[in-house]
Amino acid sequence: MVEDSSGKEEAEQKELFASGHRGCAGCGEMNAVRQVLAAAGPNTIVANATGCLEVATTSWPETSWEIPWIHAAFENAAAVASGVDAALTQMKKRQGINLFAFAGDGGTFDIGFQAISGMLERQQKVIFVVFDNEAYMNTGIQRCSSTPYGASTTTCPAGTCSVGEQHPKKPMAMIVAAHGIKYTATATIGYHADLKRKVKRACELEGPCFLHVLAPCPTGWRHDSADTISLSRLAVDTGMFILWELEGHNLKDIKLSRKPKERKPVLEYLKAQGRFRHLLNRPDELAKIQKQIDEQCAQFGF
Amino acid sequence: MMQIMRGNEATALAAKLCRPNVIPAYPITPSTMFPERISEYVADGELDTYFMLVESEHSAMSAAIGASAAGARVCTATASQGLALMHEMLFIAAGMRLPIVMAVGNRALSAPINIWCDQQDTVSERDAGWIQFYAENNQECLDFMIAAFKAGEDKRVYLPAMVGLDAFVLTHTMEPVDVPEQAKVDGFLPSYAPHCILDTKNPMTIGALGTPEFYMETRYALNKALMDSAAVIDEVFRQFGDAFGRKYQRVSAYRTADAETVIISMGSMTGTARVAVDRLRAAGKKVGLVKMSVLRPFPHRELKEAIGNARIVAVAERAISLGYGGAIFGELAGHYVNDSRRPFMTSFILGLGGRDILPEHFEEIVAESEKALAAGKMDEMPGWAGLNREVL
Repeated sequence: MVEDSSGKEEAEQKELFASGHRGCAGCGEMNAVRQVLAAAGPNTIVANATGCLEVATTSWPETSWEIPWIHAAFENAAAVASGVDAALTQMKKRQGINLFAFAGDGGTFDIGFQAISGMLERQQKVIFVVFDNEAYMNTGIQRCSSTPYGASTTTCPAGTCSVGEQHPKKPMAMIVAAHGIKYTATATIGYHADLKRKVKRACELEGPCFLHVLAPCPTGWRHDSADTISLSRLAVDTGMFILWELEGHNLKDIKLSRKPKERKPVLEYLKAQGRFRHLLNRPDELAKIQKQIDEQCAQFGF
Repeated sequence: MMQIMRGNEATALAAKLCRPNVIPAYPITPSTMFPERISEYVADGELDTYFMLVESEHSAMSAAIGASAAGARVCTATASQGLALMHEMLFIAAGMRLPIVMAVGNRALSAPINIWCDQQDTVSERDAGWIQFYAENNQECLDFMIAAFKAGEDKRVYLPAMVGLDAFVLTHTMEPVDVPEQAKVDGFLPSYAPHCILDTKNPMTIGALGTPEFYMETRYALNKALMDSAAVIDEVFRQFGDAFGRKYQRVSAYRTADAETVIISMGSMTGTARVAVDRLRAAGKKVGLVKMSVLRPFPHRELKEAIGNARIVAVAERAISLGYGGAIFGELAGHYVNDSRRPFMTSFILGLGGRDILPEHFEEIVAESEKALAAGKMDEMPGWAGLNREVL
């Protein structure tokens, strides 16, 4: 269990993610990036996938990045970061540098999947962070394999014949962990001390690490932009998103980072978001989702 | 020192001589021997590089981009479908002005799948912003790789460069190659001085968003850099001649002085075309040959100079721009369109998918071109040499 600290130490250091970017009000991803960089510190290089984060922060000639940053394309942040790792290692400049690959859920779960697997298998010293907002938000809220069951998006809209997304979310972090890498963890912005501790742990470890960070998107989830942080906590408190970490590949070593004292009903999480609104008069679907979550939590022993 | 080697071995040896910091690679026929040889150099301690065996050609080029942006000298090799898979990243490597060098075993594109010689793969990437060299023989495979590093990394250029070598005809065929001494290559090729670099002491944003206010200017600058690289390539070829004794030009002419008909060729077909020219000359026909060693930047001035006053120009191509015809024919014709005096031009496709190219095909091309001049047009545009019409 981790208590959330005040974050005073990070608040006093130089901001590495400058203000003035074009992220939406209440953007969970921008918040997450700030926290990750604050925890990682200035000796950090980022290889970024195409997506909201790149578009909203690097409109030439402006940039929000106070650290070296590279973007090439959508599906290959892991491969670009691998190249950076190779170059710095070979040129003896790798020591003391935290090398990250940043991508959204589309650039991780879907189109970036192959490059990530390659990067992990080669044991590149890269920390891959997925900022998961559960759809292709940059292009206008299209579903991807991270979209949860029942969510309405612009390519899986709820309708008289559709509940919205029909498939469960891909278990990305578990698939990643199966590669036998150094460190795999899930985190979210609302539990910031936990997120930062996990970033710091990843920075300490030699070898590939993977952080799955849930980052609510007011535009795509259709929630009040003031509720981004509370919603990210609600995801954890309902058991919708489980915070865990694993060093090594033995799934028996998975450690639960936060066990809600009393798990809240998933309805509280769903009803705060427009993407699930159509389910509110579907008790059968709500019961189905609650059952899925109960089973998911049972796997983690709560 | 003269050594007998295959084209792939020549490009791998050239890579070794140029001391790249990073080599990301993915095997593909007919270029697989490149990563094999590199892996042997590394295994035997002959080459100090970070050799990364990635999971696809797309990732090979992506890793090359990351490594180059981190300040490394980078090279790789691919062919055909692999190059096509890299397509997206080729434009990005050029747009980011990263002087990556790549050997490409020129092979046909699917479908139908075909592993044999054809230049469709690289010709289709001529718009990507890369310098493109085409080798006629294994000596050129080695020499053009070294020249590619020197030209691409030049401060006036900063562009990626690919060296095309014909599948099997060069990649797998043994030829004697004069291998330069390491010290001479070290003297010829200075260490790479990157213009932008991922450095925590001086943070840069590389690969930013280019909005409509700025995007066009980046394309203008990229196009100008590629156009202007022609003079740098000439300079590099001159320096190469001084250092190693072998003289190259982007365009070279053979028996064109009084030629009435000039054949344009590229790659390994040139040797066959030379035999045909000699035969035709022996038969009293005034035929010459112009070889292109560089397709990008397009050597239009040099081509026109080499063509001179010839009446007929027959462009022979081992690739086709589907729905149009010969791409090089079209590009060259475009450079003649405003000239008051221009030759009659014919276009021929030959040797696709490893179809043998014979001297007879060039004799046929010359005969067909003369016939077309008399008729004022070709029967079929483009013409096809060596096409088996019985199976159509």
